[in-house]
Amino acid sequence: MNLFENVGKFSRFLVLVFSKPEKGKTLFSQIIREIDKLGINSIGIVVIISLFMGAVITLQTAYNMLNPLLPDYLVGYTTRESMLLEFSSTIVGLILAGKVGSNIASEIGSMRVTEQIDALEIMGINSANHLVLPKIIAAIFINPFLYILSVFVGITGGLLAGYLTGTVNLADYIDGIQYAFIPYYITYSLIKTAVFAFIITAIPSFYGYYVKGGALEVGRASTKAVVNSSILILLANVILTQILLK
Amino acid sequence: MITVSNVNKSFADLKVLNDISINFEAGKTNLIIGQSGSGKTVLLKSIIGLHEVDSGSIFYNNRDFTSMNLKGRKEIRKEMGMVFQGGALFDSMSVEENVLFPLDMFSDMSEKEKKDRANFCLNRVNIQNSNHLFPAEISGGMQKRVAIARAIALNPKYLFCDEPNSGLDPVTAILIDNLILEITKEYNMTTIINTHDMNSVMEIGEKIIFISKGNKVWEGSKDEIFDTDNKDLNDFVFASELYKKIKKIS
Repeated sequence: MNLFENVGKFSRFLVLVFSKPEKGKTLFSQIIREIDKLGINSIGIVVIISLFMGAVITLQTAYNMLNPLLPDYLVGYTTRESMLLEFSSTIVGLILAGKVGSNIASEIGSMRVTEQIDALEIMGINSANHLVLPKIIAAIFINPFLYILSVFVGITGGLLAGYLTGTVNLADYIDGIQYAFIPYYITYSLIKTAVFAFIITAIPSFYGYYVKGGALEVGRASTKAVVNSSILILLANVILTQILLK
Repeated sequence: MITVSNVNKSFADLKVLNDISINFEAGKTNLIIGQSGSGKTVLLKSIIGLHEVDSGSIFYNNRDFTSMNLKGRKEIRKEMGMVFQGGALFDSMSVEENVLFPLDMFSDMSEKEKKDRANFCLNRVNIQNSNHLFPAEISGGMQKRVAIARAIALNPKYLFCDEPNSGLDPVTAILIDNLILEITKEYNMTTIINTHDMNSVMEIGEKIIFISKGNKVWEGSKDEIFDTDNKDLNDFVFASELYKKIKKIS
């Protein structure tokens, strides 16, 4: 029952969010601000995590492929496919759900409990549209760039780890990352990234927007937002993979 | 003028407002007083449409606010200014940006005109040289004054204040009260103030409505408040030692 109630409430929330904005100029400047806040400020964590994940994937693949029948370029190939298909879209999505999601839920939740959202409503402004739409647009725009950056950094991390530890031959690795490349995988992952960007922003905004109470409830909403958006990302991942790679 | 007619409001089984009818007069400070939990805030939030009433009507100069669609309400809301209990200034904006916000959203002024208007409003509430500061960097009294400046930026017809001097020292509280009174007269606004502060009642109360347990129990002027026979109102007015002494003297 609670699930159905929440789905209904979320649908009504989305109708409010996707209504016509009050002023196009204001929306544009808000989108730019959100791109900076949600995207540019996440570059650091995306680079660090992608670098180390790429390195670990390379080392683990190299240490588990001692069979001489397996070609050496397979290490680079595996790293590229892991980053391209799953890590840079899904895992980075999950990490951003934690970082960006908790930030959004607590920001909007605090605005609710300190009556800032009521202040917007009193002015005749659709507060859901004003606060949430710029975040969704900004994330859908900037997250694909973060995905591309993550793929690039991950593959570079793998190359560095393999080369510095002597486990992978540089030429083999470069061969591997070019081997049997399917460009459609990028399209598939970009679609996933855009859907995850929507989940990462819309779900925490929903939990923040309907907070009732004080600081404790804002904290709870933030936790719920991260947990539920992470579950939805994983669910969406299965569904999109079935639809797009069938 | 704002007219509240036979308004009822419940939350689940709890009846919070019981058949309330009030006329709030234009150009006057109308004070809603009552104990905590008496229904003052719910009444104020119902008047401004943050709560939907269960039955009854609310009229803004004969325009029925309760039966209006969102578009109609939006138009009336542009004529409202609201000072919330905690100020409700936008944390992410500076003092000046807070006052500029309604002008940016709803006026066709040029950038210079908007800036001039924001500075005029800030000067009106005696805020100078603090335009670049953020709400967290200014005192509670200043936050309330910035909230008033933001509320009057678009020349509203109706001003609503929820406990405007709560949490302030007596001197600042009187300053805020007098500022609201002056602005009400200056712009001929219909001002509704929620308070449980008897000092505010004596300082700026022109029309006073006493709410108890969700019922309108009494209405009158501040001169009549001391002569009332109503027990609930007497208990409320003379709760403090100071007012008990004043009663004895008078």
